[in-house]
Amino acid sequence: MELSVFQIIWFVLWSVLWAVYFMLDGFVLGTGFLSGFLATNDTEKRVLINTLGPVWDGNEVWLLTAGGATFAAFPTTYALMFSNLYSALILLLFALIVRGVSFEFRSKLESPVWRKSWDTAIVVSSFLPALLFGVAFGNIFKGIPMTNNFATYQYSYDGGLFGLLNPYGLVTGVLFVLLFAVHGSLYAAIKTTGKLSERAAGLANKLWLPLLVVAVAFLGYTYPATKLYDNYLKAPVLLIVPVIAVVSLLLVKVFAAKGEMHKSFLFSCLTILFVVFTGVTGLFPNLIPSSINPASNLTIFNSSSSLLTLQIMTVVAAICVPTVICYKIWVYRIFRARVTNEDVLGNPDAY
Amino acid sequence: MNVVTLSQLQFAATCMFHWIFVPLTLGLSIMTAWMETKYVTTGDETWLRMTKFWGKLFLINFALGVVTGITMEFQFGLNWAEYSRYVGDIFGAPLAIEATLTFFLESVFIGVWIFGWQKISKKAHAVSIWLAAIATNLSALFILLANAWMQKPVGFVLRNGRAEMTDFLAVVTNPYGWIKFSHTLLSGYSLAAFVIMGVSAWHLLRKNEVDFFTRSFKMAAVWAFVASVIVGISGDFHAVEIARTQPTKFAAMEAQWETKRGVGMNLLIFPDVARECNSLEQICIPNGLSLLAFHDANAEIKGLKDFPPELRPPVTPTFLSFRLMVGIGTFMILASLAGIFLSRSKNFIENRIFLTLMVFAIPLPYLAQQFGWLVAELGRQPWIVYGVMKTSDAVSKSVTATQVGLSLLGFVVLYGLLGTIDIFLLVKYAKKGPDKNVSSIINVQGRG
Ligand code: HDD
Ligand code: HEM
Ligand code: HEM
Repeated sequence: MELSVFQIIWFVLWSVLWAVYFMLDGFVLGTGFLSGFLATNDTEKRVLINTLGPVWDGNEVWLLTAGGATFAAFPTTYALMFSNLYSALILLLFALIVRGVSFEFRSKLESPVWRKSWDTAIVVSSFLPALLFGVAFGNIFKGIPMTNNFATYQYSYDGGLFGLLNPYGLVTGVLFVLLFAVHGSLYAAIKTTGKLSERAAGLANKLWLPLLVVAVAFLGYTYPATKLYDNYLKAPVLLIVPVIAVVSLLLVKVFAAKGEMHKSFLFSCLTILFVVFTGVTGLFPNLIPSSINPASNLTIFNSSSSLLTLQIMTVVAAICVPTVICYKIWVYRIFRARVTNEDVLGNPDAY
Repeated sequence: MNVVTLSQLQFAATCMFHWIFVPLTLGLSIMTAWMETKYVTTGDETWLRMTKFWGKLFLINFALGVVTGITMEFQFGLNWAEYSRYVGDIFGAPLAIEATLTFFLESVFIGVWIFGWQKISKKAHAVSIWLAAIATNLSALFILLANAWMQKPVGFVLRNGRAEMTDFLAVVTNPYGWIKFSHTLLSGYSLAAFVIMGVSAWHLLRKNEVDFFTRSFKMAAVWAFVASVIVGISGDFHAVEIARTQPTKFAAMEAQWETKRGVGMNLLIFPDVARECNSLEQICIPNGLSLLAFHDANAEIKGLKDFPPELRPPVTPTFLSFRLMVGIGTFMILASLAGIFLSRSKNFIENRIFLTLMVFAIPLPYLAQQFGWLVAELGRQPWIVYGVMKTSDAVSKSVTATQVGLSLLGFVVLYGLLGTIDIFLLVKYAKKGPDKNVSSIINVQGRG
């Protein structure tokens, strides 16, 4: 097969890895930053954290894989994406570091001051990534101010941290925060019991309307702010992607209102997947457009690895990714039971 | 300071910090799996209590290994964008394989292991720690193959303004990488075994849980001895490989200035960089160095003066790090051998001098680990990919010195804080000792 076929395969894989990452870490981040508001006492906090305990690290690895896949398949994009967005990504990194240790450290000492500090750390370090990922992807959809010359290997960037805080980036940031908030509260609702579960379900219902409003605003604003709709205008069948996103979002509410929280959560997963797909379908074949000059766009064609590397990586992905999915499903089944107060209080290994 | 220096400092600091936690993870994961297997096969409660106690320390340590690892993966793009672009075609593959093949396995099954005591059978539970441990060890393989490619680049051509892979097999069978893997892995095992011996000795000095800690000590002493010997042997292979592939690094490690045949090895030596000679050379073993480097007493060894100063690595730190690592390695072989014999003697726990020594020996393997990486990475300078790309050409162009300065400051503060807390927790839980109440552990056992 030709190089371009593999470049397209890797575009698809790249999108899937990011989308699955957001679907999985989305509820960890959401439950994390809502834990401060959903739980009324120490035990409830622990219950919430322990619903995430067995899965958070495995979910975060999707980010490492998405990053690693970008590196292996599109090294130029990996290089420029990370170095151009340096300050934002450093902030993100610090937040992810703090979040990981907070889960682990929080219940290791009895002191209330200790626990309160880590609880605050969990809220902040879960909220920041949600917002920053949104802002970063909003800017990627919109294009970033870079000038790339692929013939002479000269690349330059003129934007800073604050350049990312444009209105469209911020709208996408808020969209991500609300998506993850609804997603996280639905997860909390199906993984806990009693009052805590009811409170989480109530919050999901309440947050849905603001989410819808922001989602509509995002879709509307995308037209003037980005070139994402060009692909859809060229091939209207693609509109099926955003339509699935919107229908899923509506079904989230339909089932949440009926109290069928498992179904609602399932559609919340679909919503996140298809929001990401909506964006990347519009991007294709770009990975990161330039807001200055279309000739500077990073595309799958001008930033990919060689044929051999893409072939090898395709074999690796074809073997590993399905295997990972299988054992992850097995693990989610082992831990499918709701987490109760007794579970955490009676278990010396609980977080 | 300029962007290159700051980026080097930041990379060094974050790598070395990551490396405080990784070797213990490598070793303790396997040893915990071993203990749990013993428990499952013999049904002996003490093995279960050992699994729980050492496993707890493993987890506290693991947490920091994980979060500092994310930094590593991001940093190639953040700080070394030109490098990533130039070599990504080759270097990206092992990193991506590491993530999809090993990090998933490890993170998922660690979760099963921590939270699965009541949910899955005893056997399945033991299998999950084995999967996590094997995945951890395999992750080391892929990252070290990537690193070995920087030390000894193979299987590529320079084309289209970058290094392109021509032979994947050559990259994954790079002998440099496999030597590195065996040396590093075993050095992790020996470190973990020294930690177990040290903590056990601390408790034995206080006569806590004598049976529990004597058993732990005995097991660890054997591990430590076998591992340390293999570390020494693979270290020698490493030096031979370096003498052939990186003459500048080898000359710096040995402070060898002149190119000569049949070179002797001085036990006491100190380099004088300004005058390009050694200010001290004593106790020479004739032909020692040639023998070590090429396993041939008359082999020629290239001296630093054969290379222009700008192609030489920083000599004094490379040299000192190497000497200190080898010194500590020798000590570890002797101390663990003594440990095997003394721990089998009747009045072992009365031997306060030896036990105290083992407590104070805990930091030594940690130091050897850091020195080892200093030899490897400082000795490679000024190259980022030996002979192919200079470190100064590898840095991100769109990143400013202010940005890197601030992020470096952030890392120092954040890592300083988290490292202190983690070590505090490790010490606290190590001193607390194993759970006395066996029935509380039985309560949380698997379904059999
Ligand atoms: C407990 C830790 C420990 C101990 C006791 C030793 N080493 Fe080591 N050494 C390492 C831990 C380590 C390491 C941290 O794992 C390194 C860093 C890079 C690497 O591949 O392994 C290393 C690197 C390293 C290198 C450089 C590799 C390179 O440049 O790529 C050499 C030549 C040796 N070692 C040789 C030895 C010898 C001859 C030892 C004699 C006993 C020895 N080491 C003990
Ligand atoms: C975890 C153990 C490691 C430690 C402690 C370590 C240590 C260091 C140190 C001290 C430097 C700075 C050298 C200088 O400033 O001159 C450095 C540089 C570097 N190392 Fe490592 N290293 C480790 C593993 C690795 C691995 C596994 C890789 C690659 C896969 C790697 C890639 C690099 C790169 C890209 C640089 C930056 C460029 C340079 O200064 O040469 N390191 N490392
Ligand atoms: C500088 C290059 C390195 C990079 C890019 C890197 C990357 C990573 C990442 C992303 C993690 C987190 C994985 C998780 O979330 O589960 C991690 C942890 C770890 N890394 Fe590193 N690492 C580097 C150096 C090393 C070296 C040299 C080794 C082994 C020889 C190593 C072995 C491990 C181990 C054992 C852990 C423990 C926790 C875990 O794997 O989850 N790392 N590393």
